[in-house]
Amino acid sequence: MRVTFPHMGNAWIAIKCLFEGLKLEVVVPPPCTRKTMELGVRYSPEFACLPLKINIGNYIEALEMGADTIVTAGGWGPCRFGYYAQVQRDILKDLGYQFDLVVLEAPDSRLTELLGQVKSLGDRVSYFEITRAVRLAWNKLKAVDEVEEGLRYFLPRVTDRHRAENIFRQGLEDIDAASNRKEIEAAVNTARSEFNRLATCGEAPVRIGLVGEVYTLLEPSSNCEIERKLGYLGAEVRRSVSLPQWVNDHLLGGILRVASCKDAIGCAAPYLNDWVGGHGQETVGYSVKLARAGYDGIIQIGPLTCMPEIVAQSILGKVSEVEGVPVMTMYFDEQSGEAGVLTRLEAFLDMVRRRKRVAAAGAHRPS
Amino acid sequence: MKTVGIPRGLFYYYYYPLWKTFFAGLGARVVVSPVTNRRIVDDGILTAVDEACLPVKVYYGHVKELCRQGVDFIFAPRLVSVEQRCYICPKFMGIPDMLRAQVPGLPPLIDIKIDVTRGERDLKRNMYQVGALFGCTRKAVDDAYRAGAEEMKRFHSIARSGHPLNDAIELWEKGNRHTGYPACSPATGTGVAGGSQETAAGCSASLTVGVLGHGYSVYDPVISMDLVKRLREMGCKVVTPEMLDPQEVENQASTLPKRMFWSLGKKMIGSGLWMEQEASIDGVIYLACFGCGPDSLVGEIVERRVSHTPFMLLTVDEHTGEAGIVTRLEAFCDMITRRRRLA
Ligand code: SF4
Ligand code: SF4
Repeated sequence: MRVTFPHMGNAWIAIKCLFEGLKLEVVVPPPCTRKTMELGVRYSPEFACLPLKINIGNYIEALEMGADTIVTAGGWGPCRFGYYAQVQRDILKDLGYQFDLVVLEAPDSRLTELLGQVKSLGDRVSYFEITRAVRLAWNKLKAVDEVEEGLRYFLPRVTDRHRAENIFRQGLEDIDAASNRKEIEAAVNTARSEFNRLATCGEAPVRIGLVGEVYTLLEPSSNCEIERKLGYLGAEVRRSVSLPQWVNDHLLGGILRVASCKDAIGCAAPYLNDWVGGHGQETVGYSVKLARAGYDGIIQIGPLTCMPEIVAQSILGKVSEVEGVPVMTMYFDEQSGEAGVLTRLEAFLDMVRRRKRVAAAGAHRPS
Repeated sequence: MKTVGIPRGLFYYYYYPLWKTFFAGLGARVVVSPVTNRRIVDDGILTAVDEACLPVKVYYGHVKELCRQGVDFIFAPRLVSVEQRCYICPKFMGIPDMLRAQVPGLPPLIDIKIDVTRGERDLKRNMYQVGALFGCTRKAVDDAYRAGAEEMKRFHSIARSGHPLNDAIELWEKGNRHTGYPACSPATGTGVAGGSQETAAGCSASLTVGVLGHGYSVYDPVISMDLVKRLREMGCKVVTPEMLDPQEVENQASTLPKRMFWSLGKKMIGSGLWMEQEASIDGVIYLACFGCGPDSLVGEIVERRVSHTPFMLLTVDEHTGEAGIVTRLEAFCDMITRRRRLA
């Protein structure tokens, strides 16, 4: 059995670690490139949301490399994600690929059931080995999140941005190579201290909250590398969802003590008073929360036609007005162009900076 | 007497008889916005975000129309699920909040949450809250709801006898006024009851076309560009999901490897599979809305499985031109006519 899975940002490091711990042979799909996108777009339903298409690209590339089992997550609505795997299986079978598709879906987010499903994947592994694999993977997930956090902080502040990105890349490589908790910690510490040695440019960055649909937030190829672009434009990005938090909230039923999205969801009322599937309520909640925390602007991102995000977008105008924070919505599909995205970001940041200057001048004027 | 406005959009087409009877039973006067027209559509387009699908924009237009008419309440429920373990669409779950954020001068909304997955008790509690708005006792609320449920049976049987839902609503309402329509008779067998198919110039229909799509698109004259009427004028007999035996539709849908968790999606797939097997159906048209999430997958699933009967996916939005639709419909009908002659 040669197992593969879809990409979602740098989650592959932890997923690979988990599967290897289950003594499975793992085929990590090649990094998402233009070719991945093209393959996905060619074979997916035209109006499907972008994550489904990029998944298809990942699967085809991995199957071509000899993978024979695809493991992915599922769900039971209300959004399209829950039916992705069914449609994807039809598409890939029609293309003539031979493979098994394993859909991990915890009916009610029960950790035990999920563990059972994971165990049935591994051949003859004991619960002890599973626990160890899960624990190591979890630590890697948190470590990846930490170096990502570091990059988001330093990228807008340092003079040598390429160097910062190199430190980040090296950090990821070291985490991937680590075989125990100590080595993971060492990788994170190295990255941290190298980041700290970088020369900074002294100017305080504007602070932007990035909210929206989770895949688009986590997978750079689906958002024209928006985080990186913002960093280069001198904006510090705070991303609403992090990988460990997402895993904890959605797969583990929130049993671990990681910052949860619960308090943010509380902030969604009275604007959006109920769950609308996907991350619609989180999007509104985080926008309110970050606005109140003094962020200079909010950018909402999602795949074009994303239903929960359209609900959220309909409401964010009101949030912007009442909470007094600029909000911009950007949708992505296979036609989104680098240049167009960059122009919109520049214009938004200009506006945010101008607004900030005016506010500062107003505050300093003697009354 | 307090007035309750019901926007003629989204689930109006599926539940109007229930809602109307319920509110009338509570002693309210019910006002429905007019049949969708250009002004309503344009108003909706201006108010909703660009990325919203056309049915949601049209719904906004109807809500604004009711605002202008000065009703006391607008009934805009938060529809989470209308059958066990099934959803409708995330947009239905957010609609009252979306309206509040974007429609200025909105009267109070009756935005009860309808989520049958949470059980009867929850539903009842929500209905009692509505009753309280009109000073009604629990018993009055229960009675009003029971009467509504009865009317739904009548409405369904009208639809089953071969009427598209917009016509069925009209017939139902007429029947209400002078009890002209025969009382509810149990529908028989599977398939399509013959009877009341109106086609052009009295000629008996030579072609039978199945039309799939969400009720609020198919039965809205502007969104669908009068699809059903046009097909009939071209001499086709039209079959829609509501004319089929619900149990049969359900059985067909349950042959999918994974349970379909969208109520409307399930209906489209079950009906599509039924039509595929039914020899009397010459062709199937799926009317989808541009940007519709569920349709982007359900349309694909249906298209894959309706492989012997000619199939056409019609995707519409506010920019779709009438001429293009007419051309495509004519071409499709020509094709299935030719095909039938050959057979
Ligand atoms: S949340 Fe958005 S991206 Fe995810 S399945 Fe739903 S529509 Fe697609
Ligand atoms: S199901 Fe489709 S058409 Fe209906 S509201 Fe949702 S996105 Fe719009």
